[in-house]
Parts: sequence; structure tokens; C-alpha cells
Amino acid sequence: MTEKTVLNDTHRALGARMVDFGGWDMPINYGSQIEEHHAVRRDAGMFDVSHMTVVDLHGARTREFLRHLLANSVDKLKVQGKALYSCMLNEQGGVIDDLIVYFLGEEFFRLVVNAATREKDLQWIEKQAKAFDVEVKERPEFAMIAVQGPHARDKVIGLLAEVDHERIKKLGKFAAAAAQGPHGIPLFVARTGYTGEDGFEIIVPQEHAVALWQALAAAGVAPAGLGARDTLRLEAGMNLYGQDMDETVSPWEANLGWTIALDEGRDFIGRKVLEAQKAAGVKRVMVGLVLDEKGVLRHGQPVLTANGAGEILSGSFAPTLNKAVAFARIPAGEPGDVRVDIRGKEVPVRVVKYPFVRDGKPCEGI
Amino acid sequence: MSEIPGDLKFLKSHEWARVEDDGLVRVGISDHAQGQLGDLVYVELPEIGASVQAGHGVAVVESVKAASDIYSPVSGEIVAVNENLNDKPETINEDAFGDGWIFLVRASDRGELDEMLDADAYAELIENEDH
Repeated sequence: MTEKTVLNDTHRALGARMVDFGGWDMPINYGSQIEEHHAVRRDAGMFDVSHMTVVDLHGARTREFLRHLLANSVDKLKVQGKALYSCMLNEQGGVIDDLIVYFLGEEFFRLVVNAATREKDLQWIEKQAKAFDVEVKERPEFAMIAVQGPHARDKVIGLLAEVDHERIKKLGKFAAAAAQGPHGIPLFVARTGYTGEDGFEIIVPQEHAVALWQALAAAGVAPAGLGARDTLRLEAGMNLYGQDMDETVSPWEANLGWTIALDEGRDFIGRKVLEAQKAAGVKRVMVGLVLDEKGVLRHGQPVLTANGAGEILSGSFAPTLNKAVAFARIPAGEPGDVRVDIRGKEVPVRVVKYPFVRDGKPCEGI
Repeated sequence: MSEIPGDLKFLKSHEWARVEDDGLVRVGISDHAQGQLGDLVYVELPEIGASVQAGHGVAVVESVKAASDIYSPVSGEIVAVNENLNDKPETINEDAFGDGWIFLVRASDRGELDEMLDADAYAELIENEDH
């Protein structure tokens, strides 16, 4: 049974091409994926991300629970409304999922986890939460719209109640706050995203999602599908769960070392294995690739290096760069001249530091 | 969706073929196929002079989403390719049945064209695919 977000009819009325995405019937584009990509880089676009799972955690020991559950440290969250990106690991140090956690009160944190991993995530979180007496409550009654692009914030703020304008304008990166939308709609506005552009991700009660979408459209925000979302996040150097990492991959091998907090005395799930891996050195690393010749890098293509073969994880044509880029996992060590096997032909590629694109512009060396 | 020109024949894999006045067979992909693929970003063209066999892959079109093999509907020799697609692969999105043609074949056996679908049969095929 395919699930539908509350905006499904809205997408269809806009002529969207719909695809199955992790069991959800979602718009891949509304015409041209490339134009939607450019709309987000140059102006403002919006994505229906209501398929993502919102989970609220309540209880006196919630912070203590999250110290144990997450590889990043929730102790970095000191001000109410602040958010943190983290991996949730299994005992072997493999990635169960990546998520964002919001600090909403000493006894109230909110998680936003991936749609495709919803069931196993909920099971895992509930299992771990028991020992801490934390209540785990999924919030399926919420829809979510991501509004992204250089003009995204201004367009959203213009729709909010006058009294909220200044406060939401001042909202820092990776922070969230409640606000009142058009017609008094109650919103949870977070300055986060998955595109490499500034903007907001807005959680809204389902029954108001269509009205919010229409108001955003009237304010000149272009609908964008999951196709554009994928090329935007790849250019921005952001991992996709299931493609760039999974339970067989440690964060060290997925360029997520920056999200691991080995802070003194915190016993999080997977820590022992991560420390052992760090001490021994990891055998595989994740790198960025750029193809300067014509062609497209794709998931699964073999990557040939001086130290043996690896493979492409996420790979695509990058509309902002007008050439193909990819993430690849390859053997550690100086890789030498790197080539990708595209349909039996060895094509030279450059190994680069990513992100490939930030704030609308190609990064240096790309 | 644009009208399907009546003088075209089709493979089930969405290639079209048109017999030109000089007897050469021009090949492209259907408007329906370009719509399914989405924005095209790269076309790998065959070599001029290459010999091709009916039903074998001779070109590749890549959209942002995926790569697809393009099969030749007839056996013969490639006599021209649409070089314009090297710089403007999106021409296929804009005009799949016209300026977005991909290659031209001198057919060794034009009887192979008889095995293709006519425009009505193809229209029916994609109609059923959509439901």
C-alpha cells in the first residue's frame, strides 16, 4: 500500500510526475527537474517532505537518553530551539539512520528521521527509551514543507503574522521556533535544509498544509520535486541514507566524522567500535569526484584507484556545475589517477574536497 | 503530450523510425519516452560508419535520473548522427520527433521496419502504460 501525503492532490493538480519513494507516492518533478534545481539555487523553491517522520520525546531523562542514543552530543544543545544533526548507530557502529534533533525543553526533544527507515527507527528508539522512561510519540498528524533558496526566508517571513517577523528574521542557523502563518496557522519553523541554500523547514498541522503551500506559491515560491532535492543535496555535499551510508558503514567511512562527539565519559551506542576503528585507521574513505568530460556518474559504477577498486555512492549530473559529480567510497591511501568504469569505458575523474556548491556558487577547485 | 506523427514507426522500447525520401532511416526516441526520462543531459552517439543490428543498443541517452540504451530498429550502417545533441541534449526534450533525432541508418533490409508498431498501435501501447 503506497502512502500519500496530504499534498498529493495538490502535486497531481500541478501536473507532477509521481514516483514511489520509500513506500510514498511523491512528486519527482513538476516538468523540468533542472529548472526546479535552478529555482532553488537562484530564488526560492519548496518541497513536500511530509513523508519524513517526526518523533517527539518526553520525559525527565530525555537528554540523558539522547546522550546514549546518538553519536553526536546533545550537550551541544544549550539554548531552547537549537537543532543538531546526528547519526544513530547500532552496537557495531553502523549507521541505523541520520536525523535532526531539536531541543524544545529540558523534558521535550523532537527528532526528524527518514521516511524509508521509519519502522526500524521507531522500533530501535522505543527499545532504547524504555530504560530511561522516555515517552516516544510519533506525530503523523504533521506535514512538512521545506522552503529553500536565497529568497526563501524573506518569502516565508512575509507570510507570517506581523508580530513574528523580527523574531523569525533573527532565527539563527540550525534553530527553530514557533510562529503564526497565514490565517493564523500554527507553524514550527526551523532554519535547516537539505539543499546547501538558506531557508526553512516548516512543520505544519496536516489540515493546514495545503493552505500554506498555496500561500507560498502565491508568494512566488516554485514547487520542486524530489529529483531536484537529490541533485541539490548532492551538490551541497550532503549524504543520503541508504545510498551513501547504511548499517554496514561506519560514520568514519561516510565522511561523517564531524558528527561524532567523543566527549569525556559519554557512553553512546557504537562508541567502543568507533574508537577502535579510529585507533586502527579506517580502510575505506568517502571522497568527492568530478567528471570533466561528458557523461554521467551513477550509483554503483566501479571506481578504479592505485589501491584497488571502490564504487560510486550518489552520482548525478549537477545542474549548477553543468557536469557530473559523485560521492565514492574507495580504499584509504593516496589514490593516484582515478578512473570510473562507465559502461566498460574507463573515464578519468578528479578527486576533490566537497561540498561542490555552496550558497548558489561552485566551490573552489570544482 | 504532442501528436504522434503518422509517418513514424515505433519499437516497444520507444524508439521511432522514419524512412526519408532518399530511403535512409532516421531514428529518435518518442515524446512519451523523453517525458518519462526527464531532462536529458548527455547523449552518447554511435560512430559514423559503424554497422548496427536491429534490436541492438547503438546509442545511450542520459537524463538527470537515468541512462537508457537506444536500440536500432533496423540493421545497416550509420551514415549520420545528430552532432547538435553533443551540446544540446535537451533538444530531444524540446522536439523528440523532429530536431531531436539521434542517428540515420542505411538499412540493409527495410523489411525489418514491417515488424515495428504503427503510430496508432504505439499510441495504444503508451496509453496502456499510463494506466
